[in-house]
Amino acid sequence: MSNQDNPATTNDREESMSQVTGSQASNTRDRNANNRSVSSHSLADVANARLTKVGTPTISGSGLEARGIHAWFGSKHVLEDISLDFFTGTVTALIGPSGCGKSTFIRILNRMHEFIPTAALAGQVILDGKDVYDSGVDVTKIRLKVGMVFQKPNPFPSMTIKENVLSGLKLSQLKIENADELLESCLRRAGLWDEVKDRLNEYGGALSGGQQQRLCIARSLAVNPQVLLMDEPCSALDPGSTLRIEETIRELSDSMSIVIVTHNMQQAARVSDYTGFFLSDGGPGRLIESGTTNDIFTNPREKRTEDYVSGRFG
Amino acid sequence: MSQTQFAVKPARPWKLSIRSLIPDILGAFFTVFGSLAIVAITPLKGKLGFALVLITLAIITATTVSWLRKDRKAAMNSRTTVLVYIAAAFVIIPLTSILYEVVRLGTAGFSLRIFTEDMSVTASDTDLSEGGLLHAVIGTAYVVFFATILSTPIGVLTALYIVEVKGRFAGLVRFFVQAMSGVPSIVAGLFIFAFWMIQMGNAYSGVAGAFALTVLMIPTVARTSEEVLKLIPQDLREAGLALGATQWRTVATVVIPAAKSGLVTAIILGIARVVGETAPLLVTIGGADAVNLNPLDGNMSAFPMYVWKNLLIGSPNAVSRAWLGLFVLMVSVLIFFAMARYFSSARRRSA
Repeated sequence: MSNQDNPATTNDREESMSQVTGSQASNTRDRNANNRSVSSHSLADVANARLTKVGTPTISGSGLEARGIHAWFGSKHVLEDISLDFFTGTVTALIGPSGCGKSTFIRILNRMHEFIPTAALAGQVILDGKDVYDSGVDVTKIRLKVGMVFQKPNPFPSMTIKENVLSGLKLSQLKIENADELLESCLRRAGLWDEVKDRLNEYGGALSGGQQQRLCIARSLAVNPQVLLMDEPCSALDPGSTLRIEETIRELSDSMSIVIVTHNMQQAARVSDYTGFFLSDGGPGRLIESGTTNDIFTNPREKRTEDYVSGRFG
Repeated sequence: MSQTQFAVKPARPWKLSIRSLIPDILGAFFTVFGSLAIVAITPLKGKLGFALVLITLAIITATTVSWLRKDRKAAMNSRTTVLVYIAAAFVIIPLTSILYEVVRLGTAGFSLRIFTEDMSVTASDTDLSEGGLLHAVIGTAYVVFFATILSTPIGVLTALYIVEVKGRFAGLVRFFVQAMSGVPSIVAGLFIFAFWMIQMGNAYSGVAGAFALTVLMIPTVARTSEEVLKLIPQDLREAGLALGATQWRTVATVVIPAAKSGLVTAIILGIARVVGETAPLLVTIGGADAVNLNPLDGNMSAFPMYVWKNLLIGSPNAVSRAWLGLFVLMVSVLIFFAMARYFSSARRRSA
């Protein structure tokens, strides 16, 4: 395994990851391993480092797919012809300057877009082979399968930590037998268990911002979604909490597909397998380029992508 | 190191020293004695004249002192400060004087016995050692209780329609709720009188009074609930919906619990709004001197009715009874407002 060429990055987790991800694209990884020895910290290196760590993701079928999405608010065309696949077991980062429609796009994926009174839409969002916007689709079932974590941590203020985690079951009227087991597993997966296991009956508002956000992640996990949408989940958090949440994202990505909107290029490079670059030139937002995170950060096809990821504008 | 730490004492360097306050104190003395002097030597007489002179002189003195000591900006600041204090005094003086009078005259005949007797065997003119206001306590309790039972669901659901459902008629409903809160209370009473009693042939009863108070209470409950629900962040609703909940489920499990203490405040404010209403009760409950335990039928009394009736009789003992009724009513309203304040501050603490 190429990982072992590079003793500095070898640990248990990487070994297990490389076993999971199999042997494809070993050439690329050899090259990456060589790049690693150069001690610079460009985003390309960060992206490569991740690839070296987790390997190219195994693509086990596409769970969620956006086809030709257009969106409007009133008469304002805000998204134009976005098509993007999200593979199970991968993390997709959406990057781009503010106001280019990234958040609108992920809200379209779990049908939160329709809560804005003036919103309109064209195109399809395919989940498990079916358009989620088909008439007769039960929208609450869609949102159970496609969970969401918001920019600002928003635990339910009237509920304790325990009730917050299990609130999804109550809200969607699901029955479960071993609630305590689920509580622990969700909090463990969100990386919060050790910090809150002795204070499960305190109110969620008593936690720090980073803990609250991980509580919100645990809350989304309790209903076992296939896809988790994260709208700038770390933008209100300090670097330490951000790191914890990134670890959480990496652990979760084994079992579900994650879509994360971020303004932090380093973060996109660190956590994602695929990256989509959105840009609006005053008109509607477009998907300028998408591909593996490695490609976007090392050799983007588009000049605009290169300019953005290297910080020359935006 | 530790020694320097011991040497440091907490101080408040921004606090004014007594020395710097001397001009202000002198100014205050000048204002008071100057006013007295003006009232004494000019034709301006009486308390009202003194108050007018005092206000004018206070503004002039404060402005001048600040201008001489500092500058024009400070003078304007002092002038506005004095104006604000005067405005506050205009509010506080009548309020405290009402409180003082009610307590002074109302506590005269107060004893716990008044909560065990009614006026069925006692004439209003007799000494206050006989008779009581149990019938008024029971009447007000019935009327307000039923009004609360009726108006709470209607008011809260109206607020939910306006804020959560945002239905097509939300704006119209909102307009009508606002218009309803301006309806004179006698109109609410006459509405029930005309509809429930004349049209449908019912007699005076506690529930008729409760209906009339409901008409008055709904707008207060609905508008306060609306404001409370609007304070709940949109984020929480979206978080609930994003977990696969229906809208009703989100409202019931997330929004209402988060707004609970505010909604309780809304109900208490509604009660405080109607508990002292007299006019709508005059035409709906009829008034009585005996305890009536049946809210569905028969004349009923209530605090405002009791006060009104005794005041009309006009003999010294009857008027004392009226003050007593006012005192007990006012204390109960104060308790309601204190509860409202307590619950609304509890909401702030948990947020």
